[in-house]
Amino acid sequence: MSALLDVEDLAVRFRSDSGEVTALEGVSFSVAAGETLAIVGESSSGKSVSALAIMRLLPPAPACRVTGRIRFQGRDGPISLLDLPERAMVAVRGGEIAMIFQEPMTSLNPVHMIGRQIAEAVLAHEGGGKTAALRRAIELLDLVGIPDAARRAESYPHQLSGGMRQRAMIAMALASRPKLLIADEPTTALDVTVQAQILDLLRRLQAETGLAIIFITHNLGVVAEIADRTLVMYSGQVVEEAPTASLLAAPLMPYTRGLLNSVPRLEAALRPGQRLPAIAGNVPDPRHRPAACTFQPRCDWAQPDICGVTRPGMERVAEAHLVRCARWREIAV
Amino acid sequence: MARYLLSRIGQSLFLLLIVSIIGFALLHLTPGGPLSQFALTPGMTAADLHRIAHEMGLDQPLPIQYLVWLWHLLQGDWGRSYRDQEPVLAIIGEHLPATLELMASSTILAVIIGTWVGVLSAMRRYSVADYLATIGAMVALSIPTFWFGLVVIYIFSVSLEWLPSGGIATIGNGSVLDLARHLILPCVVLALVTVATWSRYMRSATLDVAAQDYVRTARAKGLRPGQILRQHILRNAMLPMITLAGLQLPTLLGGALVAETVFTWPGMGRLFLDSLGYRDYPVVMGLLMVSAILTLIGNLAADILYVVFDPRVRLA
Repeated sequence: MSALLDVEDLAVRFRSDSGEVTALEGVSFSVAAGETLAIVGESSSGKSVSALAIMRLLPPAPACRVTGRIRFQGRDGPISLLDLPERAMVAVRGGEIAMIFQEPMTSLNPVHMIGRQIAEAVLAHEGGGKTAALRRAIELLDLVGIPDAARRAESYPHQLSGGMRQRAMIAMALASRPKLLIADEPTTALDVTVQAQILDLLRRLQAETGLAIIFITHNLGVVAEIADRTLVMYSGQVVEEAPTASLLAAPLMPYTRGLLNSVPRLEAALRPGQRLPAIAGNVPDPRHRPAACTFQPRCDWAQPDICGVTRPGMERVAEAHLVRCARWREIAV
Repeated sequence: MARYLLSRIGQSLFLLLIVSIIGFALLHLTPGGPLSQFALTPGMTAADLHRIAHEMGLDQPLPIQYLVWLWHLLQGDWGRSYRDQEPVLAIIGEHLPATLELMASSTILAVIIGTWVGVLSAMRRYSVADYLATIGAMVALSIPTFWFGLVVIYIFSVSLEWLPSGGIATIGNGSVLDLARHLILPCVVLALVTVATWSRYMRSATLDVAAQDYVRTARAKGLRPGQILRQHILRNAMLPMITLAGLQLPTLLGGALVAETVFTWPGMGRLFLDSLGYRDYPVVMGLLMVSAILTLIGNLAADILYVVFDPRVRLA
């Protein structure tokens, strides 16, 4: 199956007072139609910047430079998103690729009714009259499981709970039946029970509409629940990519292992005084990244004569499993 | 809502009382007095002056004078002018429309230009236009109103002879065009400071809103830049401006006083200055109260408008 979205060698550089900062480099991945790809990583690993680069929502040229290729299988044939004029991109945003965000409270305009904000998206892509758009907004609210949708459409964001607000965001994203939904930590700000409901909703919508989802999160529990494949990012690069099951069962990159180890587990309750295993150190400052392996300073497996000299490339381990580590063969044993 | 309004009106009445006490005290503390007008009249004796003072009630202790004034005011009697014995309310009523005309027209002008300049500055931040707007606002805020008034009179009335230098209308010519020609200069002069302030606030409000998550959402759902500006940025950026408009009212009244004097505009500002010169206590006090009431009404209106435009705010 050909990919719905194909990202190749994506790099993002921000201009700052102290020179250019590379937020992202050499990022390549693809998403098939109807698939869910999770992107996992710590804060500032480049997950959100990747998403914003695909949507072309990063600041314009001199402040931020985006290079690489992003190919998307649009309704009217393949398009290259980075080469698209802004006018055409407006139609892609929300029309073919939709995005939802972490904080549903601040992501909705406080002075407009929910229904109106959804209707706006309908009008922008489907056309038609205001009344029809509002009717469709109510249908969408109903679709995402908001009870009494007609009345809720007349609510303002502050009158809804966090879970309801995120459902409204999802309704807005679905306004013109996009083929790809980018969800940037959509459950991070929500209670655990609400989190599960939102994940269920996304899975149900995916089954009903064949939507592909890029799910950005730092929560590996969520990854296990929802993703077909998972991409691990560290310090602006992809460091491991694999089908979720094999990634969780047999991670090869020491960073992925560290992430998995630092998830608190019920069956391995800590003794009093025992500390949760954590990865020592911090993500390197993007302005002073090691020239060699970026994870090497924090890595238990690091060998200075190998890992401190050259930066490893992505290597294919199995058919769908790629890893960026010089010592994966020893780790795999 | 009704309870809120009642409590706000109660507060306003209390404020008016305070304003009247301070105004009354300050007025009587200023040297000279209404009697100095009569003192220059030939043949006036000390006994005559004393009799006049007694008739006017000016020989009473100050607190008593104040209470008498307040008692009459509460009964709807604003007093009579010392100058021509006309009722104060009638005199103010004659002058109020001219001031309102000037203030309303200059406010509309200032809000339109100020909003436009502020939004443009914000959307093209650090561009040449933005720097020009910043410098322009600093210059406008630094120019004294009376001086700017004299400069425009010199240029447009004296040198170019395009517009009249003062007055509200040519006597015997009540046409709209004539009224408009008289209005242009004072209106522009009075609007200058408001444009400067308004555009600066509008710029920062726009920048603030443009960085909000919901603007990113609006872009992510594929709205066009114009739509985002109108529906999402302006709508929210105008909220703090409503409060600013209320707060600017006293400044505007003060500016009107100067502008009216420069342009011999027959409004409350000039009446205030003239009455102050004559120590016409009842008229000055009346003007003070009317200005205070206008300011309080303006602020109350701003608070109510805020509720209309921001669904998150409820009056309680």
